[in-house]
Amino acid sequence: MTNKFKAFVLGSAISAATLAASTAQAVEIEYWQYFFDARVSAMEQLIENFEAANPDITVKMTHFPYADYRTKVAAAIPAGEGPDVVQLFYGWLNDYVDAELIQPLPSDVFAPDRIDAEFFPMVQAMKDGGHYWALPTAVRSLALFYNERLFEDAGIDGPPATLDELVEIAGKLTQHDGAGNITQVGITTGMNAQDHHWFREVLVRQFGGEPYADNYQTVNYNNDAGMAAAAFYTGLEQEHGVTAAGFMDEPQAAFKAGMAGMHIDGSFRIGSLNKIRGLRWGVAELPAASDGTQSNYSSYWVNAITSKAEGERYEASVKFMEYVTSDEAMQIWLDVVGELPAKPSVGMTEANANHEVYGPFIRGLAYANTTIFANESAQRQVLMDMVQRVGIEDQPLSEALAIAAEAEQDILDEYYAD
Amino acid sequence: MPFRNSLTIRQKHILWAWSFLALPVLFYVVIRFYPTGNAIVLSFQNWNLLSDRTWAGAENYIKLWNDEVFWKVFKNTFVYLLLGTPFSLVISFFIAFHLDRVRFMHGFIRMMYFLPFMTSAVAMAWVWRWFYQPVPVGIFNNILATFGIPQINFLNSTTNALPSVLAPAVWAGLGFQVIIFMAGLRAIPTSYYEAARIDGVSGFTILTQITIPLLKPTIIFITVFSSIGFLRIFDHVFNMTTNNPGGPLNATKPLVLMIYDTAFNGFDMGYAAAQTVVLFTVLLCVSLLQLYLLRDR
Repeated sequence: MTNKFKAFVLGSAISAATLAASTAQAVEIEYWQYFFDARVSAMEQLIENFEAANPDITVKMTHFPYADYRTKVAAAIPAGEGPDVVQLFYGWLNDYVDAELIQPLPSDVFAPDRIDAEFFPMVQAMKDGGHYWALPTAVRSLALFYNERLFEDAGIDGPPATLDELVEIAGKLTQHDGAGNITQVGITTGMNAQDHHWFREVLVRQFGGEPYADNYQTVNYNNDAGMAAAAFYTGLEQEHGVTAAGFMDEPQAAFKAGMAGMHIDGSFRIGSLNKIRGLRWGVAELPAASDGTQSNYSSYWVNAITSKAEGERYEASVKFMEYVTSDEAMQIWLDVVGELPAKPSVGMTEANANHEVYGPFIRGLAYANTTIFANESAQRQVLMDMVQRVGIEDQPLSEALAIAAEAEQDILDEYYAD
Repeated sequence: MPFRNSLTIRQKHILWAWSFLALPVLFYVVIRFYPTGNAIVLSFQNWNLLSDRTWAGAENYIKLWNDEVFWKVFKNTFVYLLLGTPFSLVISFFIAFHLDRVRFMHGFIRMMYFLPFMTSAVAMAWVWRWFYQPVPVGIFNNILATFGIPQINFLNSTTNALPSVLAPAVWAGLGFQVIIFMAGLRAIPTSYYEAARIDGVSGFTILTQITIPLLKPTIIFITVFSSIGFLRIFDHVFNMTTNNPGGPLNATKPLVLMIYDTAFNGFDMGYAAAQTVVLFTVLLCVSLLQLYLLRDR
């Protein structure tokens, strides 16, 4: 009896001690991202899998509405209140590196050579001073959406493969009313949407230029190539009349309403187009130049370890980063969110690269470029202004292009001056 | 309680008054004065929200002086003021003056005028934005197209955009001004009108010699109130031009929108603070000037 009692006491003491020890070992790290339904549920799945594999680590996810996210993160991290692992837009990274708010990824786990080889090439924009500072789970690229019903009605076989075909097909799809107003556009345009990326990273390169020099610190489109690209872009409305600026308020609205034959947009649009009933649409790679040059623009959200993570929490954060950049995590992200895998080993699988919707986007990643922005909205504004100078103010294109190049250079100079 | 007993009644009153006033005073210091002072200090610094603040001297103000966009925006802000305030004042007085004499469905008509004031500015701006679209969306252009009249570029034009954005803003504020004017009209003693009628004075003379002079306090109030409103115009512009905030080519951009853009897209907090200080000064000057011009002699 006494022995049994002793054994019971001893047993309880040991289990209590183990419990205490394991709670002492359990590390909780905090993860922040912005709120988007599919992204949150994808991350919940990733966290669940990660915690199952690492029972001593728990991950607490916090999310904010997109509109507040940038300000909240910027206010919280310097105050030391924020997350251990945070999701940032790639364009914000420089500021966080400069302010020493994020830590470089350890080279033993995230060897730069290996990352260079394993990820799509545009991810190298996250490398600085021999370290990677952040890595994406998923990336985005551009493609040409087309309305299958309008194509059939106009007797067009398939999407354009070249820019010349694009103009020709857009002409067949454009419709006017009796007063000559456009009631259906062949292709949507709007520098405010994704067209500023299409112009910079795709058209300028396709017409033989390089949009920027000196690692995106010098504007390099005020030349023949830039001029040809800008003439092509503004010519869609001015010369060929196959589009109208501001048609139906927003390009994506016109496409959703079935009033636009073609529409260039990012992979993030797939989800909302899937919800439109009665809209039959297809996706194709962006049209190539007449000499076959292809280009694309890719942007992405990255995960980074903040300077708040130290000791155990740092170790746990590194493990978590390893998992969210693994092949498994990328496939989950593609299946749940519809964002493209950041590694060819996941993206270029037979099933993914030939997928009828994701395929064109994923194939585009192989030749995509990523603009390093100083201030994306200000740099976009410059190109919007350029098109409006030509469209509304009737300024000659060469003048508008020169003004744009100068204004954008000012933005870059001011940013890199410090 | 030797301390309390040692006070005179007058001192006790003062003590009581201040203890009641402490709460609003504290509130104002924490919520108003501290941030205002902080913004003024910030306007002499550089800060991107992430790094530490660094002193910049007058750099932000020099940049502002040399910024073409700022002068364009400054001009726009005054165009909003100089078009918006007189128009809304005249229209609302006209409506109030006539509505005051209407007996038939008076309450209902008054409610119809007041309704836009209670509507969310964001919702209203979006509805008007769609009204203004080219065919096939916009109702105005659809009507024009039906009669074969060429479309008007309401928003996609550097000349038409500002008045187009201003119109719904004026319309939205009308209800409030009409109500205030009607209250002012009702407050004028009827004996003045009776006396005038006995003297056989014309309606125009009654208007210019009795009604308008006696409405002066109301006019001052509405002028100051609506001027501040137009100088701070933001939601209508932002929501009607979200594709290109303040565009096209900055044609509709008011100062507040530029501040917002500098602070929360450019994250250039010091520069945004300098713009805020300018706006604050302008608001102060305009209000003081109006009070001076419309003062009782």
